[in-house]
Amino acid sequence: MTVKQDEIEKIAELARVRIAPEEAAEVTARIANILTLVDQLQAVDTDGVEPMANPLDAVQRLRADTVTEINQREAFQAIAPAVENGLYLVPKVIE
Amino acid sequence: MHELSVAQLSLGLREKQFSSLELTRRYLDRIRALDGQYNSFVTVDEEGALAAAAAADARLAAGETGPLLGIPLAHKDIFCTRGIRTSCGSRMLDNFVPPYDATVTSRLREAGTVMLGKTNMDEFAMGSSNESSFYGPVHNPWRPDCVPGGSSGGSAAAVAARLAPLATGTDTGGSIRQPAAFCGITGLKPTYGRVSRLGMVAFASSLDQGGPMARSAEDCALLLNAMAGFDPLDSTSSELPVEDYSAGLQQPLAGLRIGLPREYFGQGLDAATGERIHAALALLEQQGAKLVDISLPHTGLSIPTYYIIAPAEASTNLSRFDGVRYGYRCTQPQNLHDLYTRSRQEGFGDEVKRRILVGTYALSAGYYDAYYKKAQQVRRLIRQDFLDAFDAVDVIAGPTTPGPAFALGAKGSDPLAMYLEDVYTLAVNLAGLPGMSVPAGMVDGRPVGLQLIGQHFQEARLLNVGHQLQQASDWHLQAPAGGEQ
Repeated sequence: MTVKQDEIEKIAELARVRIAPEEAAEVTARIANILTLVDQLQAVDTDGVEPMANPLDAVQRLRADTVTEINQREAFQAIAPAVENGLYLVPKVIE
Repeated sequence: MHELSVAQLSLGLREKQFSSLELTRRYLDRIRALDGQYNSFVTVDEEGALAAAAAADARLAAGETGPLLGIPLAHKDIFCTRGIRTSCGSRMLDNFVPPYDATVTSRLREAGTVMLGKTNMDEFAMGSSNESSFYGPVHNPWRPDCVPGGSSGGSAAAVAARLAPLATGTDTGGSIRQPAAFCGITGLKPTYGRVSRLGMVAFASSLDQGGPMARSAEDCALLLNAMAGFDPLDSTSSELPVEDYSAGLQQPLAGLRIGLPREYFGQGLDAATGERIHAALALLEQQGAKLVDISLPHTGLSIPTYYIIAPAEASTNLSRFDGVRYGYRCTQPQNLHDLYTRSRQEGFGDEVKRRILVGTYALSAGYYDAYYKKAQQVRRLIRQDFLDAFDAVDVIAGPTTPGPAFALGAKGSDPLAMYLEDVYTLAVNLAGLPGMSVPAGMVDGRPVGLQLIGQHFQEARLLNVGHQLQQASDWHLQAPAGGEQ
């Protein structure tokens, strides 16, 4: 599978990472190299092999559905770039 | 003082030969005098260290004992430290002062350790040379023109240069073991789930694991004793009880079966490094261990498997950095979209962005089965190799890396050359096994490491083998030049 520059540009848009236009060709070439490396996997016979998400095959542990956290909004918002009245500020979304 | 082992330091503190304050000042002086040439620390917390040392002295005076009470240490800058910047080597978190502690840092604080500061690392732990740090590369104390390894390069260099007796590290694909090998120290990546990941900035959550870095296996055991254990706040933390990792160090090796995977000694291994590894193995054989030829047939597939799974998980984890809640925000965003994309463009370095893109690609519609699912299937085959091998052997051994530390800049322009550095370490993370690197001598003035791989939750066995090797050799006692002050 060879990857094209417009595909990488689309992926970058999905990942919300801006790529400068003058860098797009180089970024595509490097990612194409990595994808060529990982393409070795296509030759492996994995019929009937269960995908492994956790190396111990552990499943998610559940806890009782009770409140365990206290509200720490002030502490958490103290490190935000811009807040007002307990809200995070971003550029205007609706014109 | 800075050449003493942690056990010796602890004894000295208890017997009032010196105070924690004196010991801490000694290390802070060394950092101030020497770290300009290594760049192993990104933050030194003198004030906090002196206060913690005074508190430890008060606990000691009150008759309290504890193997780490009053012992200075350094934390990799990936572990959240309340009130102290935690940058993860990235511009994205250059201004991030966590409002909470990682479980590892709070446990070690309760054990009475004295944090000297935070160590340099590859950005978001993505790298094998420490060259991707926003704060500049770390220089290997043995050879300043060479890399210290990565991503826990700052921790490894600080311990090697005697700027801290202990350091924490994290290992997603070799990031404790490879820098430990390059810097001539001892480092252990525990079994997945053994050490809490809470407050450890996430890279690839099914692979990440924190662990100890020190000069000897004995010191690593002391640090792991305080790090390991169940944490209800980490959903993948193991509930298995923790053993005393110091208790089994003296066990004789007679009858121990050590498997040598032929895939780890073939093409690609530097010849001189291979000789050092065989010499170390011969010492274990002299102590009664039996060397057994084994095969891990899927070894070669660990690189492609890892470079799907790790970027896929990273792209997911790093989606949290949005320029809104904490971390870097670009100036003058034109709109919300511009705020997201430009904050991430400017806040992340090249390697991190590459991995986000590869991971997003592997997870995107139409490619998920061909890449991510396939990699998860091969991951199971890789783990099965180890499980099969452990039917016939107790421990697996080989080189930690294909060769000694390479020159700064040598692989900087080629990500694929860098990825090949991790060929012997990646599979251990994919299989969730414990792995350790212990010094095994020098090649051309640069240390190399013997890697020991154990069965799940058999950290004590690895520490035992490492300690016995260190009773029969002095490689771990050698110090780089340039440490006088």
